[in-house]
Amino acid sequence: MTTQAKPSKLIKGATGDFEIVIGMEIHAQVTSRSKLFSGASTEFGGEPNAHVSLVDAAMPGMLPVINQECVAQAVRTGLGLEAQINLRSVFDRKNYFYPDLPQGYQISQYKSPIVGEGIVAVDVSPTEQIKVGIERLHLEQDAGKSLHDQSATESLVDLNRSGVALMEIVSKPDMRSSDEARAYVTKLRTILRYIGSCDGNMEQGSLRADVNVSVRRPGEPLGTRCEIKNVNSIRFIGQAIEVEARRQIGVIEDGGVVQQETRLFDPGRGETRSMRSKEEAHDYRYFPDPDLLPLEFDQAYVDALKAGLPELPDAKKERFITEYGLPAYDAGVLVADKETADYYEAAVRHGGATRDPKLVANWLTGDVAAYANSVGLSVAQTHIKPGQIASLVDLIADATISGKIAKDVLAILIGDEKDADPKDIVAARGLQQVTDTGAIAAAVDAIIKANPDKVAQAQAKPSMLGWFVGQVMKQTGGKANPQAVNDELKAKLGI
Amino acid sequence: MSVDQATVRRIAHLARIKVSDDDVPHLQEELNAILRFVEELASVDVEGVEAMTSVMPMPMKKRQDIVTDGEIADVILANAPEREDHFFKVPKVVE
Repeated sequence: MTTQAKPSKLIKGATGDFEIVIGMEIHAQVTSRSKLFSGASTEFGGEPNAHVSLVDAAMPGMLPVINQECVAQAVRTGLGLEAQINLRSVFDRKNYFYPDLPQGYQISQYKSPIVGEGIVAVDVSPTEQIKVGIERLHLEQDAGKSLHDQSATESLVDLNRSGVALMEIVSKPDMRSSDEARAYVTKLRTILRYIGSCDGNMEQGSLRADVNVSVRRPGEPLGTRCEIKNVNSIRFIGQAIEVEARRQIGVIEDGGVVQQETRLFDPGRGETRSMRSKEEAHDYRYFPDPDLLPLEFDQAYVDALKAGLPELPDAKKERFITEYGLPAYDAGVLVADKETADYYEAAVRHGGATRDPKLVANWLTGDVAAYANSVGLSVAQTHIKPGQIASLVDLIADATISGKIAKDVLAILIGDEKDADPKDIVAARGLQQVTDTGAIAAAVDAIIKANPDKVAQAQAKPSMLGWFVGQVMKQTGGKANPQAVNDELKAKLGI
Repeated sequence: MSVDQATVRRIAHLARIKVSDDDVPHLQEELNAILRFVEELASVDVEGVEAMTSVMPMPMKKRQDIVTDGEIADVILANAPEREDHFFKVPKVVE
């Protein structure tokens, strides 16, 4: 890569600027009922070694037979990444010794992966989009799980995860900051969830990231990279990159050389540390798995899977921009979660009516999102129904209530009257906006009469008007139409 | 191509197979015999010949995505040298 470094992405060392270069390997657990090469369940949890067949335990004589749904999921995901789908791919054995890998090798794809190069568009901020290249996606088996903390001298092994299908998605080294890396993983997770090929649950380990980090002075060739293994949250990915880049810059500025190695991120101590590098650890001695024929399918199979894909986030975002006139950023926020995007459309179209799409978007990305975040849910997961949002927006649109009163109504929906129609809340509590000019005029007259000094001030300094508006609103319990109050005050004060 | 004794020991270590010093020369000769045989194959001209992956031209067999196996923890653990409840128990291995 010899592209120009973006000055805004550079970080300062003691001896000048450095550029961070990041590439990622994401392991995404394929959503399927049974494992990649055996009929055992993929269900999370379960008693130790319950979801294990003789194939997963690598008993002698057992042969792998591929799960066609896992193949379909990999192809769908490849299509979602706008990637080359390889009609012929090959499974290889990646040999290494570890007790939670009973075969002594992982069945993976080395030279000929099922999916080749692709691209992901990533929104880093409201004003910046980057393209991250995909190097490849291949299918492989997950390993089992070792528990080390039960005894000082022994480890316990559970093979429930052994043989579950993973997609390893390898990016090109196209990211230049921790923000870009976090945005990339977020976007990738959104795409996987839309397609339904991975649930993206990082806590349960369905999505794990190995992050490759190197630094260089702008314009120089790529530096030596370190791989930070198994980072299990998007926040930690950002932190791990920051501290690892700082560490490497420190090594270089002290006149040292960065060693290529595998490191672990310790969130508690905020540092990365070298995994005791077993020499020869990377001698995997790959060779084609003689138990498996090449994986082959035709273009018609790929086309059929493509036809069955849902509308993907980028396409949905474009449609929200053109169909609802939303700003790109709002559209991006809404489509980041498929259920929220569906919720939005349900609210806009509720009851067959068409209501202001921008106003609905403002509520969903503003106050409703704030509430959802505060309770740790997505907008669609809250108890508030799209119909209630539609009703609330209609009340604002026909001037029955002001935006300020609408916030109060939302608070009531969140609090005491979870299932109520906002129309009924407004009616029952008499929250309708006062547009009756007689009533507003009376309130205005009363305030003017009570504050002759302020009247004189306001006439000299029209920005005082706000104080009068506030007083009138207070007197009317916030129900006066603010525009009508403004007009009345201006007329009466002669400003 | 041939392997030396150090390579034999390294391969054994990677596979976690215990090899005594007495066995090394014998294994070295066995491996070199295999390599000599493969080298002989390399003398055949295969220019333009597609690699054969199967004797029979047949597609890879595929399964439906149905749970048909598992829930046999006792069978899985039957030959385990050591176990604790339904876990395998192995000498401690930590990265």
